[in-house]
Amino acid sequence: MTLFLEQALNGLQLGVLLFLLSAGLTLVFGVMGIVNLAHGSLYMLGAYFAVTFTAWTGSFVLGAMGALLATVLVGVVLERVAIRGLYNRPHLEQVLGTFGLILFFNEGTRLVFGPAGLSLAPPAWLSGQVTLLPGIVYPSYRLAVLVAGIASAAGLYWLVARTRAGMLLRAAAANRNMAEALGVNSRLLFLAVFALGAALSGLAGILAAPLLTVRVGMGEEVLLLAFVVVVIGGIGSIRGALVAALLIGVIDTLGRAYLPGALRFAFAGPVADAVGPALSSMLIYIAMAVVLVVRPRGLFPTSARTDVAV
Amino acid sequence: MNVRALAGLAVLAVILAALVFNLTRERGEGVRIGFVTTLSGGSAAIGADMRDAFELALDHMGREMGGRPVTVVYEDDAQNPDTGLQKTQRLVQLEGVQFLTGYIWSNVLLASYRAGIDGGAFVISANAGPSELAGAQCQPNFFSTSWQNDQTPMAMAEVMNRRNLSNVYVLAPNYAAGRNMAAGFKRSFKGTIVAEEYTQWPDQLDFAAELAKIRAANPSAVWFFFPGNYGTQFFKQYAQAGLLGQIPLYSTFSIDALNLAQIGELVAGSQLTQHWGADLPVAANKRFVDDFRTKYGRTPSFYAAQAYDSAMLIKSAVDATRGNLEDRDALRAALERANFESVRGTFRFGGNHYPVQDFHLFEVVRAADGAYSLKLGERIFAAHADPYVGECPMAQAAR
Repeated sequence: MTLFLEQALNGLQLGVLLFLLSAGLTLVFGVMGIVNLAHGSLYMLGAYFAVTFTAWTGSFVLGAMGALLATVLVGVVLERVAIRGLYNRPHLEQVLGTFGLILFFNEGTRLVFGPAGLSLAPPAWLSGQVTLLPGIVYPSYRLAVLVAGIASAAGLYWLVARTRAGMLLRAAAANRNMAEALGVNSRLLFLAVFALGAALSGLAGILAAPLLTVRVGMGEEVLLLAFVVVVIGGIGSIRGALVAALLIGVIDTLGRAYLPGALRFAFAGPVADAVGPALSSMLIYIAMAVVLVVRPRGLFPTSARTDVAV
Repeated sequence: MNVRALAGLAVLAVILAALVFNLTRERGEGVRIGFVTTLSGGSAAIGADMRDAFELALDHMGREMGGRPVTVVYEDDAQNPDTGLQKTQRLVQLEGVQFLTGYIWSNVLLASYRAGIDGGAFVISANAGPSELAGAQCQPNFFSTSWQNDQTPMAMAEVMNRRNLSNVYVLAPNYAAGRNMAAGFKRSFKGTIVAEEYTQWPDQLDFAAELAKIRAANPSAVWFFFPGNYGTQFFKQYAQAGLLGQIPLYSTFSIDALNLAQIGELVAGSQLTQHWGADLPVAANKRFVDDFRTKYGRTPSFYAAQAYDSAMLIKSAVDATRGNLEDRDALRAALERANFESVRGTFRFGGNHYPVQDFHLFEVVRAADGAYSLKLGERIFAAHADPYVGECPMAQAAR
């Protein structure tokens, strides 16, 4: 039982990282109608900035704050220079354009930071373990990721549902022309949304940096998962992204933890050993297929008029 | 003629021109070697170490083999079998290489070797040692200057047997080499194996789920294989989970000269098995290690040592045929003789073209200057041949 709880925590921790990544993706798509493949690049940049700034300042917290700021800055420049030209283009051209951005960022990062991966140690005060319950010893850093992720999710909910800025955001998403006629500066609003998406994605990269090796191409690996989350949750729905991200995180982790063992009851040892790891890595895509069959527009479909739901 | 047809014709013309240019370029003059390794991503440090060692070997031989100039084309496989195959095809078809070497990953080698051999090149693995190429699918034109995957973990299991260890948890990535390593360990280990776990490859760097299971299973020891930065991550996360010092870790190919700088403190005192070490008392090795340190300012890894040996093996064959690259039977016979001074001392090929060699124990020690290194211990296996050689038709015919 304690093992199950620990695995569930691991799943939630992965889910929280996926949420940060996919919230930005779903927001940018829902409000701005942009399929942003370069979203994973911002995640990668967040991680690289975190390593660099932590090395400069000697403090993980300062480094993380600097990295967040730098990622937002990149997001702002990106929106003004590249994304703005894609607003009124068909989705295919957006995909092509943002795919080009992936290549640009990957090669640029390779030029600046070199091809080898970088690693970042968690701060000393987070490198120990905490005993949550008798029998559940959990690494402090993973717990911190969980807390930071939940806090960001709560903050995002408050921002979109309870503030004036959030109201404008929902208004512009529901009917851009009407909102503009009522005096909403949609150019500024779109810039803000894209910057917010960059911040969330960058934060995911910063938090993931001490857990993984920071390397070129890390963005594309998670981008696929983020799209799975967005599709399962319902495109444009932040609540859907939260539920789907936690669901995917838990399914993936528990699948890895229990599926190979469960298969050994059903098949002979070598067969189970061969099938287990393959099946557990397919599990999230099977989950996506099942959700799409039952609810073709995702778990929390946004209404036809409103593209953003909370 | 419309614009589209014109554009198509132009593209065709450019491709043809490139082909003709490549076909006429220095063919038949020099020795051309293709080196496929990983130069980007998290494992790029390994590829760079191998490339540096290969360059050092070329320096040592004056960039000549059998009186002919040597050209090496380095290609990045991005640790991906598809990319490895493409690069291999490019090297044999467009670059016209006579030798292909490098190859860190067993799955990349398995995807690529056929294209290399069919393209007329000798394929010499400088790291990957899949069981397929040692057994039933052994190839006349394939050689290895490393080891067969099963061997090093077999030596590690022998060490653990001598300590009467039992209740061991086995962990490896789910790809060709991981499967081989675990099979090798299980073949030689005499104690009980609590559980076997295969992780996703190559994108799983987070071992939270596996660490929780290890904690719950509470084995007396853990044996694992996670190469390069995967090993770095595993050791770090093992320490973060508070398991270090509670459940002893035994590993294969997971601690090397490249990641010792990052994890030395965590693995100090750990023992491992290996066919080569920087302090192996062999004249050729001393020259290699000293010159490598002088040129690059760091200690070479075992990956580097194998790449260095692959250059020396190719040179020995081209020297033996006096630069005649057309007589492939003579080249193959010369490769089989392995008449070169290996950095690991005595070196000979078994019937399946994998080395028959010694395996030693090494320990992670801390030097006075605070740097960590691997210190040579006793010999575990002498003149050890891999367990698949009997299944190789080529080896059976030779007997």
